Amino acid sequence: MRPAFSVVFLTTLIGAGQGLFIVLFLCELLSQPSSAFLIGGSLIVLVLCGLGLLASFFHLGHPERAWRAASMWRTSWLSREVIALPAFMGAVFLYGVAHWQHLGYTVALGLLGVVTSMTLFICTGMIYAAVKVLKEWAHPLTLVNFVLLGCASGTTLAAAFATFTAPELVPVLAQAALVLTALALSTRSASLLRNARLSPFSTLQSAIGVRHPRIVQKTQGAMGGSYNTHEYFHGKSAAFIKTIVPVFMVLVFFVPLALVLYLPVLAFLLQYAGLLAERWYFFAEAQHPQNLYYQTVS
Amino acid sequence: MTQLALVIDLNVCVGCHACVTSCKQWNTSGPAGGLTDFNPYNADPNGTFFNRVQTFEVGTYPNTETVHFPKSCLHCEDPPCVPVCPTGASYKRKEDGIVLVDYDKCIGCKYCSWACPYGVREFDEQRKVMTKCTLCVDRIYDQKLPEKERKPSCVIHCPAGARLFGDVHDPESEVSVAIRERAGYGLMPEHSTKPSNHYLPRRKTRITIHEDDLYREDNPLKIDQAAMGDYPPSDEYAT
Repeated sequence: MRPAFSVVFLTTLIGAGQGLFIVLFLCELLSQPSSAFLIGGSLIVLVLCGLGLLASFFHLGHPERAWRAASMWRTSWLSREVIALPAFMGAVFLYGVAHWQHLGYTVALGLLGVVTSMTLFICTGMIYAAVKVLKEWAHPLTLVNFVLLGCASGTTLAAAFATFTAPELVPVLAQAALVLTALALSTRSASLLRNARLSPFSTLQSAIGVRHPRIVQKTQGAMGGSYNTHEYFHGKSAAFIKTIVPVFMVLVFFVPLALVLYLPVLAFLLQYAGLLAERWYFFAEAQHPQNLYYQTVS
Repeated sequence: MTQLALVIDLNVCVGCHACVTSCKQWNTSGPAGGLTDFNPYNADPNGTFFNRVQTFEVGTYPNTETVHFPKSCLHCEDPPCVPVCPTGASYKRKEDGIVLVDYDKCIGCKYCSWACPYGVREFDEQRKVMTKCTLCVDRIYDQKLPEKERKPSCVIHCPAGARLFGDVHDPESEVSVAIRERAGYGLMPEHSTKPSNHYLPRRKTRITIHEDDLYREDNPLKIDQAAMGDYPPSDEYAT
């Protein structure tokens, strides 16, 4: 697949925001953090989700019709995400306002935020895990990775933000980020290993229905490109693909593991940069069966 | 229930692309808007097509066969593109099974095309919506057209007659008989999409001719000698 930067930004930004909000709420339950940490944190969550939402509009051919996307929630995970994201943002907004104006009900609103955050994680993950034709995605690990990577980056961000607003929480948040990053490392590695061993579901034989071991494409019906050649091929060299995996593994996992206890701000910035590469690769790695029909121009 | 579909005979298709051009002509001229072309006469041409003919070579030279393979939306009975659409723009008609896109509802998120294993949906870069084969739905029910023209454009214009159109749920229809009697198959059965369009496989056309069939006494044209000059001479043929 050709990675769409709109979706790369959307999923990484809201993932970090969702993770951060869960941490904010747990901090409120377990300790007495400064209201600057809770209110400022909620604001960061809203900014991240707002930027993600903005990025997602660039993915659409007709952004002015985006409201229609809420209609098919019975069948479409994408539609469910379109509902869950504003619901989460609304809950976070109310939670932040409740703290700011001392309105009370913060636990109830926080719980609502956590529930919508988890719902949004499930919707985002299932958008990809539910595409059965893409074997690389159609696996529970996809969902697990979206949750853990979001929570890990969100917790790293919480530790980074706490250095300014709640320094007493930094050690415990950094340790939590360490654990979550290590967990995400194990599940993301598992999906990388799984995907490296996948054998394609479809073959050229099943694609055109000719049972012969040797079939070679001679033309694809157009001398130039088509939507099919643009959307489903990332167009990068094999060397680039080989490089990006160690790059994001180092940035998303090993650098934050080493840095988060000492320099949480830098750890978050590098981890987020790494997540952009990780998400890019997530898309590029998926081999669409339609590519079987587009092997040779002429 | 009706399920309209195409049946494409790979044994007959000659790869002339008449179905491609007639499809483009009909569908770019309709009220739904043109199928955009970009740089059609320059480097890197690109454009939207509902139907493409591809060519595959099967086997190793000299034992090869060229398979021309027309590919358009298969109007699956269980279309994976429909449930994933967030707006309901992508839908399957109950009355005739045609899978369509409502261009006024499509937001152009491309998710449906990801879900389709066949790569038959093409995003139109000018209209910014997903487009696909409609089985010429604006033609097959048109009462103003003579009845024999109420067929998809590609079917009418195929000079070899490789394309059949009809209801695959009616066991006595031309397409159902063709599928049943000529081993019609669907593409990528492993995805359980149950494609409605079927393909008829290539066949070997062979007849067995024994020598005495050619050299029998009553061979009316007496052409055997000329055709098989090295056949042992026989008095019978000396005229």
